Formats: sequence, C-alpha cells, structure tokens
Amino acid sequence: MNLDFSPEEIAFREEVRAFIDANYPKHLKGVGLREDLSKEDFLAWHKILGKKGWSAPAWPVEYGGTGWTATQRYIWLEENARAETIPPLPFGVSMVGPVIYTFGTPEQKQRYLPGILSGEVWWCQGYSEPGAGSDLASLKTKAVREGDYYIVNGQKTWTTLGQHADWGFFLVRTDPNAKQQEGISFLLIDMKSPGVSVRPIKLLDGGYEVNDVFLEDVKVPVDQRIYEENKGWTCAKFLLAHERAGIAGVARSKRNVERLKTIAKAEIGDDGKPLIESDDFQMKLAQLEIDLSALEMTELRVLARESAGKGPGPESSLLKIKGTEIQQRLTELTLEAIGNYAQPYTRELGGNEFAVGPEYSRAPGPIYFNWRKASIYGGSNEIQRNIIAKMVLGL
Amino acid sequence: MNFDYTDEQNMLRDSIAKWAQGQYDFDKRREALKSDDAWKKNWATFAELGLLAAPLPEDFGGLGGGPIDVGVVMEEFGKALVVEPYVATVVIGAGALREAGSAAQKDEHLTAIAGGERVIAFAQAEPKSRWALNDVSTTAKKDGAGYVLSGQKAVVFGGPQADTLLVSARTGGGQRDAKGISLFLVPKNAKGVTTRDYPTMDGTRASEVYFENVSVGADALVGAADGALPLIEKLVDEANTAHCHEAVGCLRMMTDLTREYAKTRKQFGRAIAEFQVLQHRMVDMFMATEESVSIALLATLKLDASDAERAKAVAAAKVSIGRAGRFVGQAAVQTHGGMGVTEEMRVGHYFKRVTMLDSTYGNVDYHLKRYAALTAKAAA
Repeated sequence: MNLDFSPEEIAFREEVRAFIDANYPKHLKGVGLREDLSKEDFLAWHKILGKKGWSAPAWPVEYGGTGWTATQRYIWLEENARAETIPPLPFGVSMVGPVIYTFGTPEQKQRYLPGILSGEVWWCQGYSEPGAGSDLASLKTKAVREGDYYIVNGQKTWTTLGQHADWGFFLVRTDPNAKQQEGISFLLIDMKSPGVSVRPIKLLDGGYEVNDVFLEDVKVPVDQRIYEENKGWTCAKFLLAHERAGIAGVARSKRNVERLKTIAKAEIGDDGKPLIESDDFQMKLAQLEIDLSALEMTELRVLARESAGKGPGPESSLLKIKGTEIQQRLTELTLEAIGNYAQPYTRELGGNEFAVGPEYSRAPGPIYFNWRKASIYGGSNEIQRNIIAKMVLGL
Repeated sequence: MNFDYTDEQNMLRDSIAKWAQGQYDFDKRREALKSDDAWKKNWATFAELGLLAAPLPEDFGGLGGGPIDVGVVMEEFGKALVVEPYVATVVIGAGALREAGSAAQKDEHLTAIAGGERVIAFAQAEPKSRWALNDVSTTAKKDGAGYVLSGQKAVVFGGPQADTLLVSARTGGGQRDAKGISLFLVPKNAKGVTTRDYPTMDGTRASEVYFENVSVGADALVGAADGALPLIEKLVDEANTAHCHEAVGCLRMMTDLTREYAKTRKQFGRAIAEFQVLQHRMVDMFMATEESVSIALLATLKLDASDAERAKAVAAAKVSIGRAGRFVGQAAVQTHGGMGVTEEMRVGHYFKRVTMLDSTYGNVDYHLKRYAALTAKAAA
C-alpha cells in the first residue's frame, strides 16, 4: 500500500495536463461551472473529449470507456479541477449512460450511447415529483400501455437544466396496483415529443437551473423503455448509487480551497493584516483541509474497491454526505472571507455590470445560497444517513 | 427585574403587525422591491404610526421612547422583512444627533426624521476597512471655516433612498488611528457626491458613495472634530442591537414556517414532522431562537451601561444571533427540501436576510474576537 504515483502515472498526468492545456477552449478558461452558461459552452469540452474518446472514463471499454485505472481517473479529475474545466454534465455520462449499458438491449445501447459520448445529445432527469421527493417511490406519473406505446401523464420537478435537454430519462408508474417500488418503469422520452413542456423554477440565488416538466398524453414508443416493465426501480437504485458516488466533488473542493486562499491573501482583515495571516481564519481553513484530506482518502478507497469489480454500494452515501457538507462549509468560509462586499448582488443587473467590490466578491453570495441544494439533491443527506443505517450498519 | 412590555409598546407591536399583514405581505413586498418609489408610501405610514418618532426626544417631535421600543419595531420588521432604511435613519442618524448634534442640527433634522421628511444613510464602511470602525481613509480637510471631503464609502445601507448622509471622515491621524475621526452631515445632492446604487443579497438596496472635493460648512460637523470614534462605536452598537431584534423576528418566522411545513408535508405515508431526526432539528431551531431573544434583550438593556459593558453585551448578541441565524436558516431550508431553495418560499428570504445581517457591522468572528479582547483587557 502506498500513495505514490508510478512513473507511468506521472507520465499519464503530464499527457493529460498537456492535452487540457492544448485543447480546452480558451474563452471558457476560468469561467467556472455556472447555470447561466449557454448550451454550447456547457457542451464545448464534452464534445472535444468525445472526439478524443475521453468523455466517459468510467465506462467499460466496450461501450466507449477509456480503460483507465482508478488512479488514472483520479488524476484525470484532479487535472480537470486544476484547469477549472467545465466538465461533461452528469445526466448523460454518469447517470443514464451506465443504466443503458447495464440494463439496455443491444439496440438501445447502439441507439443512445454514441450521442452521450459525443455530447450531441443533452439528457435530463425526470425523477422527483411535487409529492415524491425523499420518498421517490411514491411517484405518481402514469404510463398506460396502448399497443406499441405508453401514454404518459404527470408532473416531474427539480429537473436540472431541463431547458436545454434533447432527451430525458423518467421514472413512471406502469402498474398502479403493485406495491410502490414494483410498479415503476424507466422510460426514455424525447423532450420534443408533443405534450412535453418545461417550466423554469426560480431559485433563491436568482438563477434558473431547475424546472418543472409537465407530461400531457405524451406518446412514448415501448422500445424506449429500459429493462423490464415494472422493474424500473432496479435501474433507479443503480443510478442513484452512481450519482452519489460522483457527488463528493473532492477535486473541485480542493480547487476551491486554493481559490479561497487567493481571496484570503487579497482581503485585509479587521486588524489591518491580510486575512490569510489571521489565526482564526487559519484554524478554520486548516480544519476544512483536514476534513477534505480524510474524505479524499475515503473516496480513493471506494474507487479502488470499484475498480476491483464492485460497483458503488451503499457506503457511497458517506461520500455524498461528507462531500456536500465540505462543499457547503467552503461556500460559507468564502462568504466570510469577503466580508461586507459579499452583500452587493449584481447578477440580476446582467452579466456586463462590473462587480461592486473586487471581482472575486461577485459569485460567493449567490453560490452560498444556491449550494444549500447540495444537501438536498441526489437523495437528501437525511435519506443518505438512512441508507447507511439500514444497508451498511444493518440497523 | 421586570420583563414586561408597556401597554404602549404592545400597541406599537400590534399596529406594525396589522400594517404588515395588510400592506406588506410577501407578494406586496416582492412587488415593492421592483419599484424605486414604493418605499416612500411605506415611509409615510411609518411616520403616521409613530415608528419614526418612537425613540426620538419629545422636544423634537419624538415620543421619547428608547431602545426597547426600537427592539419592538425591529422584531416586527424582521417578521415582515421590511427593507426600508429604518436603522440607518432612526437609530444611527437620529442617534448621532441626539448624542452630539448642535441645537440647530437637532432642530433641522430630528423633527424632519420624526415626520418622515428626512432619510439618513450612514456612510461609514470603506472598500478596505472591512468592519474596523477606526479604519477610515476618507478625508475631511479644513478649508477656511468649513471642510472638503474626499474618498469612497462602501455598501451604504439606505444610500439609494437617503437625502442626507452621515459621513465618517478623517480630520487627522493615520488610516487606522482611533483619534482624528469626525462625523459630518452632508446632503446627498451636494456638489461632488455621486452614488452607485445596487441590490444586495437580501433584496434590499445599498450604494457606493463617492466624495470628490465636497465642500461643507463648519455646521456640517456633528460633535467635536477628531473625537468621533467612541460615538461611532456606540451608534454601531445600537444599530447592531436593533438588527439583532430584527434577526429574532426572522428566526421566529423560520422556526414557525418550518414547523408548519413539516406538519403538512407528507413523505413515506406520514407528515415529515413525525420523523424524530427532524423533530430534534426543529427543537434545536426553537432553542436557538429563544436564546437569541434573550441575548438581544440583554444587549438592549445594556445599551446605557458603561462603554465596555455595552460593547461586551452587543458583541455577545452578535455572536449568538449570527450563529443562530446560520443554523436556523440552513436548517429551515433543509427541512423544506427542494422547495426551500426556491424563490417562491418565504423561508429562503428570511435566510437571506439573516445572512445579510450577520455580515453587517461585524460578523460572528469579528464580535467573538471583540468580546475576547474586552474580557482580556478587563482581566489585565
């Protein structure tokens, strides 16, 4: 057991770094992941990686994965975070993709996987409903079989970036009489189908990134169902485990710690000295880094187990809880570091308005409020604790 | 010892609650935030209800009340998320005049404040000062009998609505010296004053204020030249205390809204309020709110004590309530689930307001250090 990179791994890191340096679009450098990016900007890096064959490193090679080891994938994430790239969105590559190659028919794999890899097709998620959040299995959206089609009616919510989506993956109820988890099916729906409408939900920070999706007599061909009818919950659980494994965001948090240090060097504390020299700020920063180190090692252990052939299990809930807690503490500490210039809120005045304080003071306020979502989405942290209690501790 | 409010104070509370219910509900407030002028109508109502006069001296159209009355007003304002610049005008502006104004200044401004015809903003913080009250770079140079002001003031609350600015400026000493700071009353339309107005994170508005060789007469000076820092500290303590009561109003609302939501929101076949983990969280929210009520009152009742005693009590309130605001705000949003992060739910707006209040005139860390320094000084 050791933490050192081998010479091959160091060479790989150099290769990756050089590739990012040479190919990442210049105009998106340092832009950061923001929900108000254009569709083209969101997809730019994804498309470049698609051509290179690097858009889905975690996939099995036969479906378009890179065949990298866990360490190489770790290096890949690190280098992307370091360069602050806009990563491929999770909905296709990390969520529906693995469901399709695991549970889909050969025809379905052929039909959908290439668009996910290339970034040509934008996917969105239709899971939550107004009455089915933490209790996802209580979902009510109905799909009634009529010949070769399902007729789908219902409402989905919290559909992230659904305003750009070409296709969506939906959980629908195909057997209203079965026990909750047993009457659900997993459907792929073309978002241009008649009867699909998307309505934005305005969030606390003033941004639009999630949507309500209304489905009104939407005709969905039966061959767009993944896996067996009424067995969609199996796909859903599989997908949620994948989602929470990637949600820890360690590499991005490490990058944000560095960003925070830069801010703390520029900010003057109340004692007239740079904030980075203040004892209590140093202590908070140190504690955050320590917790992040522990999380990183935990994530590496989970990754190592995964590459030994085991998929992400219930223990990935730990990564989701700790990862999002650290992300949220980082947003808090960044807000604190900026002091009273965190108060002006210029985003609603339009992107061209210059910041009131230093340029770095513009984003942390909105991000702090926006990021409260992290302990709610992907299964709230309360639900994740229930999963650990039940599935890991056997309580 | 007596924790009772007077009949007048109870009536004051009821009159604000009634007004807020009818004229300042969530939707009306949201509409008002989009307009540049809606605040004027509300301000006139504040004058009619006697809110502006409440803490002012009776000789100048006031009702002769004090910090307890202000606390009553502010808690109700917190519940209704009132954005009008009450603290800047009535607590700080009128406070400065009450403590140090000349007879002519009191005559000119206090009656106007009570009647709703004068709105004052406190131009104190600067781009590099953070929350240090002694850190003043804006200069006021002697020029004949008067002064010439130059510099920039940051995040001035009420700046967009104000007609008059209370400005801290350096008449002597270096950037961080305690001595050499003076206060001036400057009309916002004085030649050389420009502002940049903008929204703040909680939907209120503030300004950057630029002074470029602004000439004022000797009569613009409030109190003695060079010695304003102790007065500024007192005014900011009073403002912080008022904001603590406002935060208490927000905390009460977040705790209540969360409890009501949890009782009606059903998941897994029952109200989520039945889950023990959420019950305990709501109990913690309740306890944090009650402790905040207590410490806000402590600060209020110590405002007339010695400088050191007052400072410690206010610092203690800012620390406790800053923490409570963060905990209760985050817990309230979390318990509301996805709905908690939407703009349409009220709970998030209280969360934004308490976040804003924490970073106003010193956050938790600032006041914890201040408290510790005061303790160490007393022990030495």
